[in-house]
Amino acid sequence: MNTRALTDAGLRTLSTATSSRGLGRRLLRSSLLEALAYPHGVDRYVELVRPLLVKRDVRAEVMAVRHQTPKSVTLTLCPNENWRGQRAGQFVGVSVEIDGVRETRPYSPAGSQHAAGGALELTVSTHPEGKVSRYLRERARPGMIVGLTQAEGDFVLPDPRPERVLLISGGSGITPVMAMLRTLCDEGFTGEVCFLNYARSRELALYGAELDQLVDRHVRLRVARGYTRGRGLPVTGRFRREHLRAANCDHFRAATFVCGPPALIDSVRALWAQDGLAAPAVETFTPPALSFDTHGAEGRVSFAASGREAANSGLPLLEQAEDAGLAPEHGCRMGICNTCSCRKTAGAVRNVLTGEISSAGDEQIRICVSVPLGDVALEL
Amino acid sequence: MPTPTTNLTPEQLEAFGQELDAIRARIVADLGERDADYIKKVIRAQRGLEVAGRGMLSLGLLPPAWIGGTAALSFSKILDNMEIGHNVMHGQYDWMKDPRLNGKTFEWDTACPGDQWRHSHNYMHHTHTNIVGKDRDIGYGILRMSEDQPWHPYYLGNPLYAALLAIFFQYGVALHDLEAERIAAGETSLGEKRGMLGDIWRKARGQTLKDYVLFPLLSGPSFPLVLAGNATANLTRNLWAFTIIFCGHFPEGTQEFTQEEAENETRGEWYYRQLLGSANLAGGKLFHILAGNLSHQIEHHLFPDLPAHRYAEISVEVREICKRYGIPYNAGPLPEQFGSVVRKIVKLALPPLPGRGGSEPDGDKAEARLQELPAAARPV
Repeated sequence: MNTRALTDAGLRTLSTATSSRGLGRRLLRSSLLEALAYPHGVDRYVELVRPLLVKRDVRAEVMAVRHQTPKSVTLTLCPNENWRGQRAGQFVGVSVEIDGVRETRPYSPAGSQHAAGGALELTVSTHPEGKVSRYLRERARPGMIVGLTQAEGDFVLPDPRPERVLLISGGSGITPVMAMLRTLCDEGFTGEVCFLNYARSRELALYGAELDQLVDRHVRLRVARGYTRGRGLPVTGRFRREHLRAANCDHFRAATFVCGPPALIDSVRALWAQDGLAAPAVETFTPPALSFDTHGAEGRVSFAASGREAANSGLPLLEQAEDAGLAPEHGCRMGICNTCSCRKTAGAVRNVLTGEISSAGDEQIRICVSVPLGDVALEL
Repeated sequence: MPTPTTNLTPEQLEAFGQELDAIRARIVADLGERDADYIKKVIRAQRGLEVAGRGMLSLGLLPPAWIGGTAALSFSKILDNMEIGHNVMHGQYDWMKDPRLNGKTFEWDTACPGDQWRHSHNYMHHTHTNIVGKDRDIGYGILRMSEDQPWHPYYLGNPLYAALLAIFFQYGVALHDLEAERIAAGETSLGEKRGMLGDIWRKARGQTLKDYVLFPLLSGPSFPLVLAGNATANLTRNLWAFTIIFCGHFPEGTQEFTQEEAENETRGEWYYRQLLGSANLAGGKLFHILAGNLSHQIEHHLFPDLPAHRYAEISVEVREICKRYGIPYNAGPLPEQFGSVVRKIVKLALPPLPGRGGSEPDGDKAEARLQELPAAARPV
C-alpha cells in the first residue's frame, strides 16, 4: 500500500505553494502594516477582499458538496493557514451566519488526518430542529466560507498506535471513527481493525461504499453493519454481545473507540464492565440527559460585567444568565465546544458532566455545564 | 417621587412606557439578515473610503487628488466613529454574535479608548441623560449648557471653550471620562486616574502615529500634504461630530433635570425623561447615515441598543405616540437646531439676568408648552 507516499507528496506540494506566498504573507503580518491599520487591524481590511487571508481567524472554503443520504451533507473544506491540523477523532467548531446571527456547532471531521492539503471532510446529519445542520444541507455551495475553531477533544487514536483497534459507531457518530479508520489506512496500519457500524437503515447509513472499498484493500479490516430498521450484515438490530462474535472482534485485546447516541454508549460500557474491562474511549454528540437538583439550590449568582444578580436556580449558569436577560455566547450547550467559556471570579461550581467540584475562585469555566454551589460571580 | 414636569397621570405614563416597550419587542424579534447586511455594507463603504482616501492623498501633489483624498478620508472617519463605532459599541449588533461587532470589545478610529467611552457614554450619559450633576455630557465639564449650572466668571469664555472643544473634539471625548474638573476641584486625584490616563495615552499615540507620522512618512515627497490631509480629515470629523452631538440635547426646548427629579423613576418616567431631553434633526437618508442616525437622537435615547438604521421607521410611531399623549417631540433642520445651540452657548456665558433665578428648573417651559397644545392633543 503506498497511500503514505502519496500523502507525503501531497504535503510537499502544499509546502512549496506556501513558501511562494510567504513574502506577501510576511508583509501582511508586519507590525508596520498593523500600525497603519490601527485600531481595527489588518485583518478587518484584508478580509473584505480575501476572507481566507486573515492572520488570526481560522476559516475554510467549501471546496465540494455532496449528499450521501437524504438526511446529510458532506462538505470538503480547505482551511486557511491558521489551521493547525487535527488528530483523527477530534472535533471542530464550525460557524456560519444564519439570518444575520453567527451560529457555531461542533462537528467531527470524518477525513484522514493526513488528507492532502490539510483538507477537512465534514459529514453533517440534519435534524428537524437543527438550525446549522439544515442550513449547511440547504445552502452550502463550493466557494462558501465558514469559520472554524482549532481541533479539540481527547477522543483520539493514541500514539504509538495500538495493535488492535475496535471501532463502534451509531448514526452520525460514524464521523470521528471514520477519521480514525481512514487515518490508520493512510498510515499503512498493519494491525487488526474491526468496525461495528450501526445505522437506522441502509439508505441512511453513511460511508457505505467507501467502507466496501476499504475492506477490499485492507485484509485485516472487518466491517460489520447493523440496521435498527432492517437486516444488516452480518449483524442485525442494536449492539449486542453476539455482534462482537459475529464480526470476529476480540474486544478483550483491542483499543476500543465508541461514538454514537447515549443508548449505544451505555450498552457498550455495560458490556465492558461485565467483562471486567477498562472503560472504552467514548464520545457522544447527543446531549446526555442531565438532571439538576433545583430544590436544594442556594446562594446568588452575580453577573459582574452587566451588573445583574439573581437567586441561584440550580440550573447551569448559561441558562441562569439567559433567564437573567443576558445573551452569553455559546455553542453546543453540552460542555464540548468551549464557546461559552467565561471567567468565574468567585464561588464554587459543579461540572454536571463529570461531577467535579471546583472551588478555585478565579478560573475559566464552561457555563453550559456548570451549576453554582452557593454564591458565584461571573465576568458576564 | 412625582414625575418631572408632567400633566400625565402615573397610569398614563405607564401605558406610554408599555407602548414604547412594545415597539422595542417588535423590532428585537424582527432583527436579522437585513440589519446584518446593512452594517456590513456600511463597514465595507468605510474601509473602501479609507483606503481610497489614503491612496489619493499619497498622490497629493495633484490638487484634485488632495481634495478627493481628504474628502474620502473625512467621510471614512465620520462613518467609522458615528454609524459604526458609536452604534456598535452600544451593543446594537451584539445579537449577531460576531466577535468583530461585539459592543464590549469594538474599538474605533478616534483618540478615545473604547472602554472609557462605554463607561462615560453608554452608562453615565444614557442612564442619567440630562441630569445636571450626573450627566457629564452637559458641557463636558468645561461648558455651561444649563441654567441649572450656577454661573461663574469662568463661563464668560463659554463660546471660546465650545469652539475649542469642537476643533479638538476627539481629544475632548478622550479626556471626558477623566473628570478633569473634579480633579481640579480636589474631589479626585490624578493618581486615581493613572490607569485611565495610560489607556488614553496608548490610544492617542496609536492614532497619532498612524495619521501624523507613518502615512506622511510613507508618502515621501508628499509628506506635508498627507499630514495636512489627515489633519483636515480629523478636523472635519471633529466639527461634524460636535455639531451633531450638541444638537442632540441642547437645542431650545430640551430639558435638564435635577437628581431628585430622576430618583426612583418608573420605566415610563425614564422614557419620558429621555424624550424631553433629546432633539431630532430632519434630513435625508445620507444625512442620517453620516450622523450615525444620531439625528434620531430621541429614538436613540429610547432604544440605545437597537440598530440605529431602524430609528427612522421607529420615529414614525414614536411621533404618533407623543402626539397622542401630548408630549413635545423636538425636531428641526440642522441649521435651525444648531443655531439655537449656539445661542444657548452664548446666552449661558453671561450671568443670569437680575430678577430671573438662574436655577429654576426648565420644567415650567415644558408645562407652558403643554398648555399651548391644541386641546385634542392634550393628555386626557
